[in-house]
Amino acid sequence: MIQADLSVILPEIVLALYAMGALLGAVYTGKDKLAGPLVWSTAGLMVVLAIFIASQPGDTRIAFNGMFVDDGFARFAKAAILVSAAVVLVIGQDYMARRDMLRFEYPILIALCAVGMMTMVSAGDLMALYMGLELQSLALYVVASLRRDSAKSTEAGLKYFVLGALSSGLLLYGASLVYGFAGSTKFADIITVAEHGHVTVGLLFGLVFLISGMAFKVSAAPFHMWTPDVYEGSPTPVTAFFATAPKVAAMGLFARVLFDAFGAAISDWQQVIAVLSVLSMFLGAVAAIGQRNIKRLMAYSSIAHMGYALIGLAAGTEQGIAAMLTYMVIYVTMNVGTFAFILMLEKDGKPVTDIYALNQFASRAPGKALAVLILLFSLAGVPPMLGFFAKFGVWQAGIEAELMTLVIASAVASVIGAFYYLRIVFFMYFGEETGDVETNGSPILSVALTVSAALMLVGLVYQFGIDSAAASAAATLVK
Amino acid sequence: MIGLEHYLTVAATMFVIGIFGLFLNRKNVIILLMSIELMLLAVNINLVAFSSSVVGHGDLVGQVFTLFVLTVAAAEAAIGLAILVCFFRNRGTIAVEDINVMKG
Repeated sequence: MIQADLSVILPEIVLALYAMGALLGAVYTGKDKLAGPLVWSTAGLMVVLAIFIASQPGDTRIAFNGMFVDDGFARFAKAAILVSAAVVLVIGQDYMARRDMLRFEYPILIALCAVGMMTMVSAGDLMALYMGLELQSLALYVVASLRRDSAKSTEAGLKYFVLGALSSGLLLYGASLVYGFAGSTKFADIITVAEHGHVTVGLLFGLVFLISGMAFKVSAAPFHMWTPDVYEGSPTPVTAFFATAPKVAAMGLFARVLFDAFGAAISDWQQVIAVLSVLSMFLGAVAAIGQRNIKRLMAYSSIAHMGYALIGLAAGTEQGIAAMLTYMVIYVTMNVGTFAFILMLEKDGKPVTDIYALNQFASRAPGKALAVLILLFSLAGVPPMLGFFAKFGVWQAGIEAELMTLVIASAVASVIGAFYYLRIVFFMYFGEETGDVETNGSPILSVALTVSAALMLVGLVYQFGIDSAAASAAATLVK
Repeated sequence: MIGLEHYLTVAATMFVIGIFGLFLNRKNVIILLMSIELMLLAVNINLVAFSSSVVGHGDLVGQVFTLFVLTVAAAEAAIGLAILVCFFRNRGTIAVEDINVMKG
């Protein structure tokens, strides 16, 4: 019995043991000298685990009396989380090493964070959900303030900690109410109590608190206020990490709770998600217009993108979940490329984040400018790029679910949002002759930027089976 | 007779005090940490009250959940204080109104 359970959580155990072993090993030997090799070995292990998870047979396995669910949905999300975390680790290494902030704790914390994220998307019980979420959050609080001699970085960590703890508190209060009014913490038992028309007020309160706690984690408006400050203050490689894997995990958790525990009462939460989605899209589109700092701009961009992904969730259908998963994969790919570019920007060895420094960038580095142009068009959702098809997928799901108002609102928001992406393109190609930014950094960054931009074009003809994988993953979640 | 609703009222009151403590407090970051702790303790009261009444008949899940929450709260406080120490070293203050290097 216990052996069968342990074999289900084998990837999590391996990664957790690796993190603890690496921590002991690094402390007793070279400390920060080992940081570089540790980054590579952690990334390598993550990729191996992702391949292992993706190659598992397609059946649903349940472990620890229903606390842990390993189904197609969890495997899809885990593979995406591990691969994106590994890529972000590798592209950030050079930046951190040159600024003397590559500490051996960094890859270990990211590995522990990945364990938490894997538990989140596999949770089958409120307790497992909470433990996974906290493991992820506690690691993220620390990496946000990784640069402990910088006022900005520690302030980002402090703000993230206070607001993250508030969101955990809200989520936990919701969990306690759900436990009390459903009589169980297991999702499989909650769904039998929470049928549409029979949802008691107490259960509804619990659901609303749970949703607001999770909305904090995906940075959906009106629970987004931590995002711009944390993105701006954290070291750029950490910001790149925030914008990728944790977002996938939080979206996965959102879908997991809403469908596994409250899948019989879709009409009770559909409107709430739709409102979160509209607010995030418009806030992300409007608030980013005045930003000069590209990291802050990417924070608002991620808020808006979470709004679009939430449309797929609000649809409440299998098609919607498939579109949401595809959206997240494409979003992460775009973000990896964009952050690889941000990591390259510097002047006299100091990182540059001001978008006005990009003036006339195209005349100095035409190749890189073209790649960034493709990525920004894709982020804005301009038709020939893959980013448009991500939006198209969730719109289709929204229309099928008769959420016309939501789809129209999101189309309007995406037009407003296109302004700030295209403004950067304008600066790069037609700006004044004042730009002075240089690009520097390891070839890995250029490779990441080029590959990510190329994928935005290649994706038009060949999607690497992401669509069908997302569809079969969604089929295991929505029953 | 003290019933479930009394416990829930106390817990809800504590939770609201915790949230107000987070948002209205303009003085000291330590008070924020105390408010967070208050919220988590309110949740614990909720869980134990539910565990021993409605669900009833020896359902210990709520009480086990409480133990997990207590443990995580301790880890959270440790990390919060560690970040706060780093912040103090950089800025020489822990007043909430001085957390303002970045606007927002």
